[in-house]
Amino acid sequence: MAASGDPLLTVEDLWVRFPGRTRVVEAVRGISFAVGREKLGIVGESGSGKSVTGRSILRLIQPPGQVTARRLMFDGIDLARIDEAAMRDIRGRRISMVLQDPKFSLNPVMTVGRQIAEAYLIHHKAEPAEARRRALDMLAAVRIRNPERVFDLYPHEVSGGMGQRIMMAMMLIPDPDLMIADEPTSALDVTVQMQVLAILDDLVSKRGMGLIFISHDLNLVASFCDRVLIMYAGRIVEVCQAARLREARHPYTVGLLRSLPRIDEPVDELQVLQRDPAWLDAPAP
Amino acid sequence: MIMVEGLDVTFGHGPSAVHAVKNASFTVAPGEAFGIVGESGSGKSTVLRALAGLNPAWTGSIVVAGEAQPPHRRRAFFKQVQMVFQDPYGSLHPRHTVDRILSEPVAIHGLGQSDRRIERALLEVGLGPAFRFRYPHQLSGGQRQRVAIARALILEPRILLLDEPTSALDVSVQAEVLNLLVRLRRERALTYVLVTHNLSVIAHMCGRLAVMNAGRIVEEMTVAQLRAATPREAYTRQLLRASLGYDRRAADQFETYD
Repeated sequence: MAASGDPLLTVEDLWVRFPGRTRVVEAVRGISFAVGREKLGIVGESGSGKSVTGRSILRLIQPPGQVTARRLMFDGIDLARIDEAAMRDIRGRRISMVLQDPKFSLNPVMTVGRQIAEAYLIHHKAEPAEARRRALDMLAAVRIRNPERVFDLYPHEVSGGMGQRIMMAMMLIPDPDLMIADEPTSALDVTVQMQVLAILDDLVSKRGMGLIFISHDLNLVASFCDRVLIMYAGRIVEVCQAARLREARHPYTVGLLRSLPRIDEPVDELQVLQRDPAWLDAPAP
Repeated sequence: MIMVEGLDVTFGHGPSAVHAVKNASFTVAPGEAFGIVGESGSGKSTVLRALAGLNPAWTGSIVVAGEAQPPHRRRAFFKQVQMVFQDPYGSLHPRHTVDRILSEPVAIHGLGQSDRRIERALLEVGLGPAFRFRYPHQLSGGQRQRVAIARALILEPRILLLDEPTSALDVSVQAEVLNLLVRLRRERALTYVLVTHNLSVIAHMCGRLAVMNAGRIVEEMTVAQLRAATPREAYTRQLLRASLGYDRRAADQFETYD
């Protein structure tokens, strides 16, 4: 947990701006948080800035987008100050990222095994045979039943759930300290989603990895993560223990929770979220 | 209102043929809201498309409002049965204004009084007349889905087929669209068939549901049974368990059902 010991990553006053023709869009507006060796959820609706937050940690925001932060401390290194070459050593090897849809994140003309082995070779000096062996081990670690066979498949030959496990294998093979998962299971069926989450869960507890889990699904985050940040219009409006999300205080969080239909609590009419302009500039919790 | 019996849908020929729907049967009473739930590839959308007349390659029998339906539907059928699609970004013509989108069905069916109908349809879905001359790109996802619902309702159909109508929307917008659909059904005594992967949306909207897996209807039950968590089939119990949130121990027990 972040509360005990040093956090892995400390973000202070992060801003992300996209200049447009007539105005500057402020996608993230001065947020601060810390992640330890835990599962931290970031929840919000479309446009809340949750994905941009994840991307700006890895410095994946392209110009004209501008990222500024007072500090982006990762293991004693200020990510906001180092040059691009130093960033490349961190990106992928120490902090990695899993995206929503494996269909668009895997190279379609390369077998999945070679892609995983390549991820290892880029970060380690090793023989190709060694990389292959590690890739097979990794496929087994994400519970792919027949790694030898899957190694030689192309991305179009695997299902969505398997594709997402392959993505995770590729991201995990350099043994990162922190993983940023941006809606990693939103494209999957609920049962497959649970299995993929179980793999992530085990990796966090066994390897002591930190996980930033970005999602729009409140119930999922409440049941999966340790802590949750709720984002609205580029700000963090509330931070709470995931298990106690239902006791949330902020009217936005409460409104979101009430607007969800629930199997166990039938209502005649779903509550519609009333947005209060005051939320936009309220101080962070 | 709707009777489907022994519905079979196969795509392709020979060894690569996919048997998407296998011997599906169900009935929907007038004014009822019936849900079909399943995971991807279960055949739920294929059933709905066959019902809507969008896929003529099926065998079995489909009876709507007392009339057996041929594979290719007549125009009068679409006056009674309309469909709302999943993706409000894809289902509206990007270069047609809302006015044109709504006037097309009126013109096709020669209903006349296009102006009055369009104004009323927009009001009913909670969009004012100000939206009438906008293009889809000037609307949010929720507003687009309201236009799609208005387009379906403008013919005053008796049956609405809904294919994942809110899965592309944020939860707060989903609540607005679901409330709208509940209200419209009550006011117009519509019959709904709602296809979704989301059990809580079905629980909120429907009275009865069918659970599909690998092309078959594995179980039919009432929403009361679903809420009481007493499904008969192991597959349904697993689906229900997975829908209630993450549980490390439950994840290990999941099986693949074919």
